[in-house]
Amino acid sequence: MQDLSLWAQFAQAFSYSFVIRALIAGVFISLSSSLLGVTLVLKRFSFIGDGLSHVAFGAMALASVLFTALKISDELENAWEMAIMLVITTLCAVLLLRAGQKARMGGDAAVATVSVGALAFGYLFLNKFSTSGNLSGDVCSTLFGSTSILTLKTFDVVLCVCMSLVVTLLFVFMYHKIFAVTFDESFARATGVRASLYNLLISVIVAVIIVLAMNLVGSLLISALVIFPALSSMRVFKSFRAVTICSAVFSVVCSFTGIMVSVPQGTPVGSTIVAIDVAGFALFCFIGFLRRVRAK
Amino acid sequence: MTLIKCTDLSIGYDNSVVLEAISFEVCSGDYLCVVGENGAGKSTLIRTLLGLQKPLGGSISFSGGLRQTEIGYLPQQTVVQRDFPASVTEIVMSGFVGANGRRPFYTRGQKAKARMNIERMGLQNLVRRCYRELSGGQQQRVLLARALCATDKLILLDEPTAGLDPRVTAGMYQVIKELNDEGITVIMISHDLTAALEYASHILHVGRETFFGSKEDYVSSGFCERFLKGSKASSAS
Ligand SMILES: Nc1ncnc2c1ncn2[C@@H]1O[C@H](COP(=O)(O)OP(=O)(O)O)[C@@H](O)[C@H]1O
Ligand SMILES: [Mg+2]
Repeated sequence: MQDLSLWAQFAQAFSYSFVIRALIAGVFISLSSSLLGVTLVLKRFSFIGDGLSHVAFGAMALASVLFTALKISDELENAWEMAIMLVITTLCAVLLLRAGQKARMGGDAAVATVSVGALAFGYLFLNKFSTSGNLSGDVCSTLFGSTSILTLKTFDVVLCVCMSLVVTLLFVFMYHKIFAVTFDESFARATGVRASLYNLLISVIVAVIIVLAMNLVGSLLISALVIFPALSSMRVFKSFRAVTICSAVFSVVCSFTGIMVSVPQGTPVGSTIVAIDVAGFALFCFIGFLRRVRAK
Repeated sequence: MTLIKCTDLSIGYDNSVVLEAISFEVCSGDYLCVVGENGAGKSTLIRTLLGLQKPLGGSISFSGGLRQTEIGYLPQQTVVQRDFPASVTEIVMSGFVGANGRRPFYTRGQKAKARMNIERMGLQNLVRRCYRELSGGQQQRVLLARALCATDKLILLDEPTAGLDPRVTAGMYQVIKELNDEGITVIMISHDLTAALEYASHILHVGRETFFGSKEDYVSSGFCERFLKGSKASSAS
């Protein structure tokens, strides 16, 4: 009875409190990170998102080196790290947005420069100053998230949940404005929407999402978490609202499944989640294809 | 009642002047056609009127209870990305976003008004359809319905019939004329001079020479013939 034993494994996973914590944090993080997906894909901000995730890596490296140097290590270490990452990533997000607005061509180059620079310096810091005995393990876990979601303390979970809720609420209250600015920025501006304010808010939210998602999938895989739900829903649904709701559900289901599969199987959480996202994307492509065939 | 008055306006980008010394005014109920050759600066003028770019000189003043953000704007070919998921209702409703200021959601009154504008444009059977799957003419009507949600007073149309076939074009002009008859002031860019002369009450001709006045004056001024000859020559070449 292969099935039963698998089921038993799942049931057992639920009895560990670290799994419950990971599930709660994972669900909220993936909910908030999926919401802006459509806007990011359509406004070509997904590139900025990718660049920022590398900045977050650099910031993370800086923070952990700083803490080792200052010999701070207490309950709140994770939270402090997140705070530092948040500040640096937000700053970069705002700067990159500015650069992108000033000159379209210069914007892309700026993103590339900042992101590659952050990666290089991040690794350099870790290599030079880290006292950790397992350097490549540390780097690997920052880049791919390996197990960090499973080591969250209760306070970290509360922090993740609160930040995700703030992002989600902001999105809900700005929903119509985000739609207007994404669909037709000139028209929105002409009717008095403060488009640059909303662009700024969008980039700040992206920064927050990236710092959150570092916990779940690590810095290299963040884009997947942000973009796959939106791309998948866009294959099947045709209104902005349906796509947004479907993205949220898709993202939450994939992350939940990913964590549930990875714990008993011992696979890295982040890559498992992204693998399931990819499978979901393939499924949605197929459904979209069937629909189009039937429509003809 | 004067709604918009431009005095000695010069427009352009950064340091390059596209048009200068433009003066005209638009009164309530007018149907103003802006004509001129491609690249003359018609769209630039419209974008300046909307406040999307700053005038390089001169002044634009709004009066008669019209604010700059209360203009319903139909852009020249909105380039919507191929994959944009948006239903007709969502797009029409987005005409209210600017007026809503900090209010996050639409009111019941706005929903009713959107429904009315959708019916006015004959789109009631398409409300749930995806924008990018509509025909060119239907898309223009959706954007016109959105513009009507943003205003009760004045609509500004940038080449509303570009790329439409003759039958759909005639329908579009008819809809615009009906709106004007209902009391909405119209400013329309067109390089279709025949239509301009048929529907407009006033003409603003921009380009190497500038003309502003009533349609009758425009016809008798000789501007019109020179422009027609010019465009025939260029289309023949
Ligand atoms: N974003 C821009 N930056 C600089 N010049 C521009 C820009 N857009 C248009 N132009 C120039 O301004 C002139 C007028 O363009 P436009 O207003 O679009 O003409 P029209 O709508 O009458 O065809 C053209 O010569 C064009 O090259
Ligand atoms: Mg134009």
